[in-house]
Amino acid sequence: MAGELVLLDFWPSPFGMRSRIALAEKGIPYEYREEDLRNKSDLLLQMNPVHKKIPVLIHNGKPVCESVIQVQYIDEVWHDKAPLIPSDPYQRAVARFWVDFIDKKIYELGSKIWKTKGEEQANAKKEFIECLKLLEGELGDKTYFGGESLGYVDVALVPFYSWFYAYEKCGDFSIEAECPKMIAWVKRCMQKESVAKSLPDQEKVYEFILQLKKVFGIE
Amino acid sequence: MGDDEEVKVFGMWASPYSRRVELALKLKGIPYEYIEEDLSNKSALLIQHNPVHQKIPVLVHNGKSIPESLVILEYIDETWRNNPILLSQDPYDRAMARFWAKFIDEKILSTTRKVSFTTGKEQEHAIEEVTEQLKLLENEVKGKAYFGGEGIGYVDIVANFLVFWFGNLQEALGINIFSQHKFPFIFEWIQKQLKIDMVDECRIPKDKHLTYIQTRLAAFKSASK
Repeated sequence: MAGELVLLDFWPSPFGMRSRIALAEKGIPYEYREEDLRNKSDLLLQMNPVHKKIPVLIHNGKPVCESVIQVQYIDEVWHDKAPLIPSDPYQRAVARFWVDFIDKKIYELGSKIWKTKGEEQANAKKEFIECLKLLEGELGDKTYFGGESLGYVDVALVPFYSWFYAYEKCGDFSIEAECPKMIAWVKRCMQKESVAKSLPDQEKVYEFILQLKKVFGIE
Repeated sequence: MGDDEEVKVFGMWASPYSRRVELALKLKGIPYEYIEEDLSNKSALLIQHNPVHQKIPVLVHNGKSIPESLVILEYIDETWRNNPILLSQDPYDRAMARFWAKFIDEKILSTTRKVSFTTGKEQEHAIEEVTEQLKLLENEVKGKAYFGGEGIGYVDIVANFLVFWFGNLQEALGINIFSQHKFPFIFEWIQKQLKIDMVDECRIPKDKHLTYIQTRLAAFKSASK
């Protein structure tokens, strides 16, 4: 059923990490292809002509674009292994709501933290922490957002952990100090091989951000 | 559906996001109580049911709140399994449907907001951008009666904004992005949509809508001075 599976990705992309984790959780072999985003491959442009972005999951030659759509696709095709999305319609809706929330808030606010300074950065940091606190509320006393095992929300959120060090250095704050429950959850996730192997080293991501800041002329 | 089922929709008559939820419920024949929200004075109940975003639409089913229109549509389809089935069972077809729904919301509707609230060069650029995005959508419905293929489905419901809302908006703005000449396939799809009773029942009343848009634009312009 696996057929030919290729993931077009870029190592620091938290969106790409989501698909890596989902595939690893289910033990599905695939070919990982690193894209140079300054020189996108013909295959990427052909497989995602609308957005021209990674990640792209290519299954038997057919592309699935957008990380949240990929994770759902992976869960539906390989539904008998390590299910990520609940089967109850209301629980599914709750999970989808929080993934939508993560998509609307975390990446954009995180980007503002490393790209801006002064008041704009201060506001972004404040809102970022507020969002993490809302997510902590949703997690509650559960081991994972998915309950006893990794779920859709865990897979969607945990990749951003690889950027936390960069956000903290650029924003001069401690995420653990503000959101200890979130970091405790992260540490539980990182004990899973599927997560640990899918996330790059935080220092490496920070170096990458510093490079980007140079390129964009941001101090 | 049993007598103990309670379905409520918190919505707003001019919102395409709200209308798509009503359309899905009507297509499935699910009775619901509709609560009109005044967005300038949101009710305590709305805030209680959607504390995170405090936005419409919200579906409340037997006391359980579900916000975000795309999340609501999938919930409706999964809870009430009668026809029309909105999303295919095939994982790849589902992925494609979700892709186009996301594209409509994150690109077309987002760029349309830019068209409404900018002027001059910025507006011109936004108009060009949304025209290109609509061309991609046009390509998707080319040669098909519905976006989903055989019958009205998820993407058709998400694209419902094209049936009434978009035309009213461009008339109020005095621009001409969308026409039969430029988008013959979407236009043909709209004609088919209009033949469906439930789609017509979700019609946004034109004159009321034009006045509403003009009032909002005027308020926005004076606020930005």
